[in-house]
Formats: sequence, C-alpha cells, structure tokens
Amino acid sequence: MKTRIDINTPWQDMTIGGEIYEPANSMDFNTGEWRRSRPITDWDKCTHCLFCVPFCPDSSIPVKNGARLDFDYDHCKGCGICAKACPFKAISMEMEG
Amino acid sequence: MTIKERMSGNEAVAYAMKQIEPDVMAAFPITPSTEIPQYFSKYLANGLVNTEFIAVESEHSAMSACMGASAAGARATTATSSAGLAYMWEILYVVSASRLPVVMAVVNRALSGPININNDHSDSMGARDSGWIQLYSETNQEVYDNYIQAYLIAEATRLPVMVCQDGFITSHGVSNIELLEDKKVKDFVGDYVPENYMLKENSPMMAGPFATIPYYMEIKRAQAEAMNTSYEVIEKVATAFASLSGRSYSFFEEYMMEDAEVAIIIISSSAGTAKEAVNILRGEGKKVGLIKIRVFRPFPKERLTEALKGVNIVSVMDKADSYSGIGGPLYSDVKNSLYDEPNKPHVINYIYGLGGRDIKVEEFIHIFNDMINGTDLDDTYRYIGVRDKRGNI
Repeated sequence: MKTRIDINTPWQDMTIGGEIYEPANSMDFNTGEWRRSRPITDWDKCTHCLFCVPFCPDSSIPVKNGARLDFDYDHCKGCGICAKACPFKAISMEMEG
Repeated sequence: MTIKERMSGNEAVAYAMKQIEPDVMAAFPITPSTEIPQYFSKYLANGLVNTEFIAVESEHSAMSACMGASAAGARATTATSSAGLAYMWEILYVVSASRLPVVMAVVNRALSGPININNDHSDSMGARDSGWIQLYSETNQEVYDNYIQAYLIAEATRLPVMVCQDGFITSHGVSNIELLEDKKVKDFVGDYVPENYMLKENSPMMAGPFATIPYYMEIKRAQAEAMNTSYEVIEKVATAFASLSGRSYSFFEEYMMEDAEVAIIIISSSAGTAKEAVNILRGEGKKVGLIKIRVFRPFPKERLTEALKGVNIVSVMDKADSYSGIGGPLYSDVKNSLYDEPNKPHVINYIYGLGGRDIKVEEFIHIFNDMINGTDLDDTYRYIGVRDKRGNI
C-alpha cells in the first residue's frame, strides 16, 4: 500500500481519494504555498521575547534554546497576526512576488 | 426458488435494502422517494434489520452522514429526489473524490422551477458530472436488480453509485416482481471489508483532506481513471448477477436492433412505451429498433457505437434539457460518441416528458415515421409533447 506522497508522486501512485494513513504528516507538505504576504523579521529589533510564538495559529515560528528562528515558510499562511502582536514592531509583512 | 410478488419501485428498493442490511441508512423525506425511508424504518421498527437509521435534518446532512459512515468503514446508503439531490450537490463531489462507495436510490423528479413534483430526469442528469456511476431502471424489477448490483460495483471501483428510477411511474406504480431470497442477496453482496477505514484499530487514517495545487489534479486524474476502468467491473457484476437471478443486464438494452435502420435511444420507464411503438411498426414491416441506456455514467461509447452500426437515423430522447442551446445531455453524449465513426447515423434530439408530461405510443410512432420519411432532418434539437402555435406533435 502506498502511504507516502510528495510533489513528485505521479497520479497513478496517489493514495486512493487522497487518504492519509499517518498522523501529523503536514510536516511533509508545503501548505503555505497560497500565502499572499510573508512576515519578515528585523533581527536588530527582535528581543526574542517570544510573544509572537503563541499567537501564531499555525506553529510557524520555531524556537530553539529559548531564541526565535526564522519563520517556517512552508506552513506560514501570511495572516500577519505575529506582526500585530510584536511589541517591538520587529515583524513586517511584505507582499509575495 | 424465486419469490413472485407485486410491489412498487419504492418498495422494491426498500426491500432490497432490507435484504442487504447496510450498516447505515441516512435519509430525509422528499416526494417521490419518501416511501423508501418510510418502508425501511418500518422494517427497522419491526426488528427485521440492524441498520443504524439516521433521520437527518436535510439531504445535505444525509449525504454527509453517508460520507462519514462510509469513511468510518460502514456500508452506507440513502434515497432522494429532485431538490433533495440538488441539496446534496456539494457532498456528492466530496464523496466521489474521496472514493467512498456510497449507494443512493434516486427517484427521478423534476427540479424546480416552476415547482413540480412529477417525473423527469433533470435532477440526476444535473449530477452527471459529479463522479458518480449512474444506473437507470425501466421497471420495478430493474431498480431492485440494479440496487443489489450497485453495492458490488461501488465497492470494487471505490466510486459511489446512483440507482435511478422514474418518480411515480415506477416508484409508485405496483407491478409484478421476482425477488431473490434473503440469503442469496446477502451472499451475493457479501460482507463489506474495506482495506482502510477510519475506525480500523491501530491504523490511523484521514479521509477527505485538503489538497493543495500540487496534489488536487493528481487526485482528480486518479478519480477519472476509476470511472474509465469501471466498465469491466459493471460487466463482471452483471454476469455474476445473471447467474444468480437469471436476469441479464448490460450497459444498455437493445430491442429489435438486429436489422434496424432507424432507432430511438431512451432512458428509464418511457422505454416501455416506446417498445410498444416498435412492436406496432415492426408489425407493419418497418425496420425500427430501440436502445435503452442502463449505464449513463460511465457512458458506454464503444458499445453504443457498435450497436448503432447500420442504423441511418437515431432519435435521442432526453427527459431533461441542458439549456446548452444545442440539445439535451443524452443527445450530446450519443453524438460525441459517434463523431469519429466514418459512417455515422444522423442524430436528432427530442426533449420530452418534462415535469411529468406523458409521452404516448402515438408520439413514438410519429418520431419513428419522421425518421422513416426523412421529415425535418435538419431540425436536430426539438421538443415533443409541448403545445405549439405552429401545430402540436
């Protein structure tokens, strides 16, 4: 049984009806491909307060050792909530090309 | 031993449903299919079936409940008509794209408006692009037989199946029928054992996920392939059913087609009326014939083209207009099928029987005679049985 699909899978090998047989597989998919604007971090202003992290509705702001990493653009939908939430105006939204 | 009975088409479907005993039946009443859930809930109240009957609040919910039940691993069915089918529209496409083998009894009734409760095919013809296999039935016997076969077709192709019959004409008309014994039907449909389903222990699964641009088209292409390769399954199920019941089914029925020079192509109950016209004209030595389509989706292009070899003129009868400006849905598919043939027959379209308008034997004789005499052959898209200032036909 075919269980894994990716952007190179031909139609003949798709799971029937697009069924998914493994939990949490959205990690493997670029679900942010329809984003219209992207958040950009101004690292000079960012204090790593991590206020933005719990506001992100899509777990797209990774944190490592108590410090922010860059956005996960495969999953960020560009909603802009992080930019509004940031107390230091360190996040700006830019239109996608 | 066959059981000789007499019952309406609605009761025949409900009876087959009782014999199959699907896991889930979700339905909302709408004329003229209301009797199906009505009979079925009586069987349930009398303890004759163990089915989970869900009295939903709308047809949208009926189809959604079927989808959920089917994804969970259950055999699910419903019944509807007209506006009820229209209200299911969104979920029809989700069920077929999710490849869930739901079986639905459709009792054909005109779509509003003007509001009308009588028979034509505008409801299921409107759903012809929804990715459901469509079987049409001339009689209560055929709807009983088609409904039983539908489960095996659906489960083997992983496509949902609509089993259609004409509202009131066969749904409420009581006639003789041969039923199969309960055990024979149960053994024929067997147990439903899907490979994957949402309630399967230790096998997490998700059905109907969001498909982004890089995936949607591949899933739809695979769905088209399921339809493209369903012909063989439909044939195999019919063969197995013939050995069980002695009743043979194909993609269409050919009536007096061996040497026919002119022919009518038609769907469901009015085929019986048209056959009487064929009998009368054959009695006069005229080479007329009839093809009654049973499987409309997938459309039997190759077999139909073969059956029409040697025919000079065909009149295609549509009990629904598609307002395309060029003719009804059956006409379009027949003509499309014939296009590549070197010696194709001339094809004429008649829209008939809308909103329960009767069509009579004399009208079919008129249609055949127009073909025989070559009258108005250039007028390929016309109505019959409508009051017309220029004169009625």
